[in-house]
Amino acid sequence: MAKKEGLIVIDRELCKGCYLCIAACPNKLIIISDELNQMGYYPAEYTEADSRTGDRVCNGCATCALVCPDLAIEVYRE
Amino acid sequence: MAKKIFQRPKYLKKAVFHYCPGCGHSILHRLVAEVLEELDIGERTIGIPPAGCAVLAYNYFDVDMGEAPHGRGAAVATGVKRTLPDRIVFSYQGDGDIAAIGTAETIHAANRGENITVIFVNNGCYGMTGGQMAPTTLIGQNSTTTPGGRDVKRDAAPIDLSEMLAIARGSVYIERTAISSPKNIRRTKRALTKAFKTQMAGLGFSLIEVLSPCPVNWKMSPVDAAKWIDDTMTQTFPLKVIKDEVGKLD
Repeated sequence: MAKKEGLIVIDRELCKGCYLCIAACPNKLIIISDELNQMGYYPAEYTEADSRTGDRVCNGCATCALVCPDLAIEVYRE
Repeated sequence: MAKKIFQRPKYLKKAVFHYCPGCGHSILHRLVAEVLEELDIGERTIGIPPAGCAVLAYNYFDVDMGEAPHGRGAAVATGVKRTLPDRIVFSYQGDGDIAAIGTAETIHAANRGENITVIFVNNGCYGMTGGQMAPTTLIGQNSTTTPGGRDVKRDAAPIDLSEMLAIARGSVYIERTAISSPKNIRRTKRALTKAFKTQMAGLGFSLIEVLSPCPVNWKMSPVDAAKWIDDTMTQTFPLKVIKDEVGKLD
């Protein structure tokens, strides 16, 4: 079981829906939101890790933030 | 307690980029701002934005910025650097800017060995005006002025500006990188760091060519555009250190 070490916060009003973060996330923790933001894009959304199995957890690698063109992602690590 | 490990760099204003979704300019702006912060030179840096998509770069960088007419970035940067030699001066130019209308200024600035850093964003088209053919458009690549693909006999072959500048005697550090994957983004940041260190050491002309995605004008999704750079664009413009007379810098 992988240990939960990281957390990301996506600013949905800054996201323009390029979804580069979704392609970059090694643990597939980012999905496309169902709701539009004010600019009219469907922003990326962080999904919480599965607490029961613990196999899909954010390790705070910051790859999503590295590829994000619009600085919409902040990364926290324990 | 969770520690914030990634946030907006100090020298980037809190403004929403006007760039299209997935545009490489936004990533490159951030990398430049991060490098200025890490080298602690932001307070004495002057940037020269181009005509092109990045013309409004002064709305985003929180450093002193000028503005150059189309293609004249290297010439304006030369004047600024010669007047204020203690400042760090960089010009930020697109491929239509630097490789079409500004070829003469750029080549002569390199040949004189001006102590400036040029950031050359190569996206293979004129992005701001709607995706017309640029000198760097690949053979066979569609653009609004080459429907059906660029033809060598009719439209000439893509120009290798970085290789041309490597021949110039005054240039000391020229590298071509891309912003197509996390690995290449990190590599681009290392190249930018070295280019700015070259200028800080007063060694001469440095240029970083960055292959950058333009998903809207290429008519691809941002993810496909990044893949297209890795698969197709690097065949014509291979990622490598083209000239390095600097060696290792501290």
